[in-house]
Amino acid sequence: MAGFLLRRLVNYAVLIAVAASLAYMLAATALDPRSNYEGRNPRPPAAVIDAQLAMYNLDDRTPLFERYLTWAGGVVRGDLGRTWNGDLVADRLGRRLGVTLRLIVLGVVLGSVAGVLVGACAGVRQYGWFDRLSTVAAFVVLAIPTVVLANMLIICAIWVNDHLGAQIFLVSGEATPGLEGGAGEGLLDRVKHLALPTLSLAAGQIAVYSRYQRNMMLDVLEADFIRTAMAKGLRRRTALLKHALRTALIPAVTYFAFTFGSLLVGATITESVFGWHGMGEELVASIRTNDVNSVAAISCFAALAVLLASLASDVLHAVLDPRVRVG
Amino acid sequence: MMTLPEEEFAEVQAEAEHVRVPSRARTVAGRFFRTRQGRLGFALLASLFLLAFLGPLASPWAVTDMDFSAFMQPPSAGHWFGTLQTGTDVYAVTLRGAQKSLLVGLLVAVLSTGVAAVAGSFAGYFLGWTDRTIMWVADLLLVLPAFLILAIMSPLFTSGRWLLFVVMLALFLWMVTSKIVRGMTRSIKEREYIKAARFMGVPSWIIIFRHVIPNLASLLIVDATLNVSAAILTETSLSYFGFGIQPPDVSLGGLIADGSKTALYAPWTFWFAAGGLIITVLSVNLVGDSLRDAFDPGAGGRA
Amino acid sequence: MSGPVLEACETEAGATGPVLDVRDLEVSFGGVRAVRGLGYHVQAGEVLGIVGESGAGKSAASLAVMGLLPRHAKVSGSVLLHGRQLLGAPEKELAAFRGRTISMVFQDPLSAMTPVYRVGDQIAEAVRVHQRVDRRRAVERAVELLDLVGIPNPSQRARAFPHEFSGGMRQRAMIAMAIANDPDVIICDEPTTALDVTIQAQVLEVLKKAQRETGAAIVLITHDLGVVAGFADRVLVMYAGREAESGSVRDVYRHSRMPYTIGLLGSVPRLDMGRRLPLTPIEGAPPRPSRLPPGCPFEPRCPMAVPACSLSEPPAVEVGPGHRAACLRAREIGQAGVTMPGILAKPEARAVPPAGPVESGAGTAGPGAVAERETGTDGPGAVVERETGTAVPGGPVPAEAVAGPGAAARSPESPRESRAVVLEVSDLVKHHPLMKGAVFRRRVGTVRAVDGIGFDLREGETLGLVGESGCGKTTALMEILELGRPERGRVAVFGRDTATLSPRERLAVRRHLQVVFQDPLASLDPRMTVHDIVAEPLLAHGHRDMGARVRRLLALVGLDAADAARYPQDFSGGQRQRVAIARALALEPRLLVLDEPVSALDVSIQAGVLNLLEDLRRRLGLSYLFVAHDLAVVRHIADRVAVMYLGRIAEIGQVEQVYASPAHPYTQALLSAVPIPDPDKERARRRILLEGDLPSPANPPSGCRFRTRCPKFAALTGALRARCAEEEPEIRPMGGDHGAACHYAEKLGVV
Repeated sequence: MAGFLLRRLVNYAVLIAVAASLAYMLAATALDPRSNYEGRNPRPPAAVIDAQLAMYNLDDRTPLFERYLTWAGGVVRGDLGRTWNGDLVADRLGRRLGVTLRLIVLGVVLGSVAGVLVGACAGVRQYGWFDRLSTVAAFVVLAIPTVVLANMLIICAIWVNDHLGAQIFLVSGEATPGLEGGAGEGLLDRVKHLALPTLSLAAGQIAVYSRYQRNMMLDVLEADFIRTAMAKGLRRRTALLKHALRTALIPAVTYFAFTFGSLLVGATITESVFGWHGMGEELVASIRTNDVNSVAAISCFAALAVLLASLASDVLHAVLDPRVRVG
Repeated sequence: MMTLPEEEFAEVQAEAEHVRVPSRARTVAGRFFRTRQGRLGFALLASLFLLAFLGPLASPWAVTDMDFSAFMQPPSAGHWFGTLQTGTDVYAVTLRGAQKSLLVGLLVAVLSTGVAAVAGSFAGYFLGWTDRTIMWVADLLLVLPAFLILAIMSPLFTSGRWLLFVVMLALFLWMVTSKIVRGMTRSIKEREYIKAARFMGVPSWIIIFRHVIPNLASLLIVDATLNVSAAILTETSLSYFGFGIQPPDVSLGGLIADGSKTALYAPWTFWFAAGGLIITVLSVNLVGDSLRDAFDPGAGGRA
Repeated sequence: MSGPVLEACETEAGATGPVLDVRDLEVSFGGVRAVRGLGYHVQAGEVLGIVGESGAGKSAASLAVMGLLPRHAKVSGSVLLHGRQLLGAPEKELAAFRGRTISMVFQDPLSAMTPVYRVGDQIAEAVRVHQRVDRRRAVERAVELLDLVGIPNPSQRARAFPHEFSGGMRQRAMIAMAIANDPDVIICDEPTTALDVTIQAQVLEVLKKAQRETGAAIVLITHDLGVVAGFADRVLVMYAGREAESGSVRDVYRHSRMPYTIGLLGSVPRLDMGRRLPLTPIEGAPPRPSRLPPGCPFEPRCPMAVPACSLSEPPAVEVGPGHRAACLRAREIGQAGVTMPGILAKPEARAVPPAGPVESGAGTAGPGAVAERETGTDGPGAVVERETGTAVPGGPVPAEAVAGPGAAARSPESPRESRAVVLEVSDLVKHHPLMKGAVFRRRVGTVRAVDGIGFDLREGETLGLVGESGCGKTTALMEILELGRPERGRVAVFGRDTATLSPRERLAVRRHLQVVFQDPLASLDPRMTVHDIVAEPLLAHGHRDMGARVRRLLALVGLDAADAARYPQDFSGGQRQRVAIARALALEPRLLVLDEPVSALDVSIQAGVLNLLEDLRRRLGLSYLFVAHDLAVVRHIADRVAVMYLGRIAEIGQVEQVYASPAHPYTQALLSAVPIPDPDKERARRRILLEGDLPSPANPPSGCRFRTRCPKFAALTGALRARCAEEEPEIRPMGGDHGAACHYAEKLGVV
């Protein structure tokens, strides 16, 4: 058992290492941090640029492989390197991860819970009005790209604010800088900021989960054990709640871990549109600013997140389903 | 019947096959078109294609034309969908974008599903090191942040090399399907007709292409359909940051990205492209979902 | 809860009235009538058997009684439970009855239990739905019930999940659940179909015990005529959604009045019947519920049909006290004093036009097929002759098929020893890793699936390899078919050691070694036409121009040439199996490996395929390795039989010897557990019940593998016993080539 776990972890480590290395090589080849300095006004002397680049291990005149070894050596010691203008990559990512977490937790939880409920209700009354309505809604939401959805929400929010003459929804950033007032005021301000991005994240999640849960429900509704439960004398409602929903919930819970893991780096659009300085936004920014070390670190983190999510979903599956339980 | 001469028999058979062979396709098509959802999806998709590829013929404006008498004008008789800041006709440029988006979606879907089918079925059939290698590559690609890689590579897609973009996008879309294909291959491999073929002495690769992949056709077709929308949506996200299809090519995603900045005061720059995209993805999803039901009438509940 | 109402009903109905009374029950799914006017009733303490083939509507009828059909099903008629109408009753009222007054045991006990709850909790739930007891008391009651149905360590096993139970244990738990509230009626829907025969015997015993405990009436739905013969008081035979015949078991089995019943009884291979008595298959396949003929639904298949039969459907009428049959000619049949299984030799039958191809043409059943009818002649031999003549239209067997190597060299009568060995297996071993855990998948042991078996198969001979699931018979077969180097031991096909074959030689051997699988639908690629399927082996071995050959092969197995253009889905089960046989014969093999070739088929169709196989073997000089779990089928078709238990051969020998005087205690128990479709015989038999379940093949008992369940071992003492535990028995000769792997083998008749 321990040996098996070890093998799996080693396999994960290898995957992360290879993925991060590939990402580093690609970034170091394709991105050009030198241009950041050369584009400055006034343009610094070449020797200064070279010195700066060399200090941050970004000098394109050093052979790629040498830079890679330096970088990899640092990473092994826990040093993710510095950004092109000298910040510590690790600190910056840490800050950004906090922002992302504050953004997505609510959206993901809200989306999955609501989605499962909608899907379960739709599945039980297949072809009923609720089923039809939720199906149509899910199809429409799934067809709207996040960019469009986020922008639509902003347009609506501005319209609502204008009509009510009050700032109900705040469309940019995490909190109003320099806000005065007590803790209650601050919290309200944060909620106002959070409402729209949460809605934009949750809408897609609800659509996905509801479709998924509906199909799981339909599979289970036909199952023999529902018939057994009713043959025991349980009412249909009770049988569905106690036996069908419990069994049909397993895939949704394991899927939850996956979504969470992928959104840690994947909420790029939501973060950018609503001006949250999280991981996803950093990803885009690091590419725009030719920041090789940040790009590599983000890749590393993304790989880690995906693998941990898959591990978590496996473990959750085992916890919830005695059929796959260890032992 | 038994005394029929050979040629006659062959004829009878050919005739019967002629009638029979499309029968399964026909049943599926029948089931597909019997649902309102299927009909709606198909009609939408067909009209989108017609509009995207024939629509430009109806308008006097080409994509490259710029009307210097109308900058940022709302829809009018002259410019059906209005104009952009540069004086470009929105109708022309939206249709050009739709063409590219549809093409990208279709090509990516075909490519990625093809790779998924071959990789998954070989891994599932041969198992052992073939399986471990293929699945390791799939895991690696799953772990690599696709968005980031594509974004870094975006400068390579300039000056008309959008096909490279298609290939790269497909490269990041096949893994999940291939894992499903692998699992199904493992179970199909235990089916008796595969065993029968094996014990007859049919070579493995022929078994894969003759028995395994055709029997996964329903899964693959549905998956390909859904990959069309996945590809279009991914391209849109990339385009929002300028990492998608690069100029001089235009895609709906790029138009939406540009339009979103002016959406508040010039809604026509945003809504036509966004609406077109939404309808495209919606119709593709409708078609995919109906196809799934049509292939497997049991899955969507009993009819 | 409607407790008081219920009790009132009980007293009102009185002790003698039927507990459950079903009248004019109709069930239809989207316009297709699955059950058409079914009626039956059961008294308290009575067992009613409902038999019928798949699609006869038996399960739909029982679910309708319970009110558990899916919502889109339309149900009409009347279901009276203690005189109280159940059809159309509100859900609340039905729920109060279900599980309390009327309960149900389902066929597949794995899918019938919620996978995520513990078995004990599921039974406790059944208790708590109807009784006001607290959780702890309910769990205690669940443990008592598990104990009652014979589950060892009930308090510990109650905490297990359904997937941790074996099939037999799950079915026991289902029965425990069904009797939790002391019901008045228990409906058992194929309760033993998914189980092995020794486990079936155990479960039937538990059912009998449950009935004694509760005094309930039992409605037993099954396709197994033997189970009904031993267990039921009355029987109702269903065909095409209706009652075909009903009455006391003795009346129906011994004085059948409906040709379908007679045909059904005649087509079951029987454990107690000497070998090579040809079965009398019923021609054709049961009609689809969506396309019923206008008259009697059995008319197209009936050897005794008269023109009037196709005009209107005859109702079931009283033909004797408590005996009803739905046949226009029921009285004639009664007067002639027909006794089974000789119906087809009756004078009336002989008046019918001559036979058509056995069972074939069912899918194509046009008006022409009605005229062609299977009939028999006076003697068994003649029947075979007739089949031979008709199964191959166009006269003689295709020359190429006959010219199989060695076919001419052998005459069926030449003694076994002088015939060439086609397949020789010695000390064959196949182990595979036992993996555990879906998330942290790892190897936890070794399954010793096949652990040193040996036998030989000679030219023109059929060896039956029998055993219950998990005994390793299919693994052994696959290992032989791989034609590779076995883990241990030796496999020689046509005298060539498979371990030393080059790929080219292996391909050459494959030509002569072909296989037919269990499930004919699964063994035919659904996307290929029959022509492509049958031509596939020819193509693989470089043949060109296959049209004529395929046509001849189809003719050989009794199919039409026009069938070549159709798809497997268009055929009935029996016809599909014929296609599979045609494919296996395409390369003119000498050895055919048959893996449960008829177990997926209904009895009436099974008989046709068995007859075809027997016929082909005789004419083409084939050798068969016939793997099956059904001992009656093996007795019917095999020359020799090898009985497997936990990866070893327990007993091997000539069929007559092994069946008449089995020497290994396992064979004895196995044979005694197979029910015989004859009520008098069946009730007079002594059954050897085995204890418990099959031990895990990953951890077989030391010494003799059977000792943990062996009745003989249980009776031994001291040193005698120690020998069983320490020394693994080898096969000892018991006279002739009969051998048994038991230290204390003793012949004993059990059939």
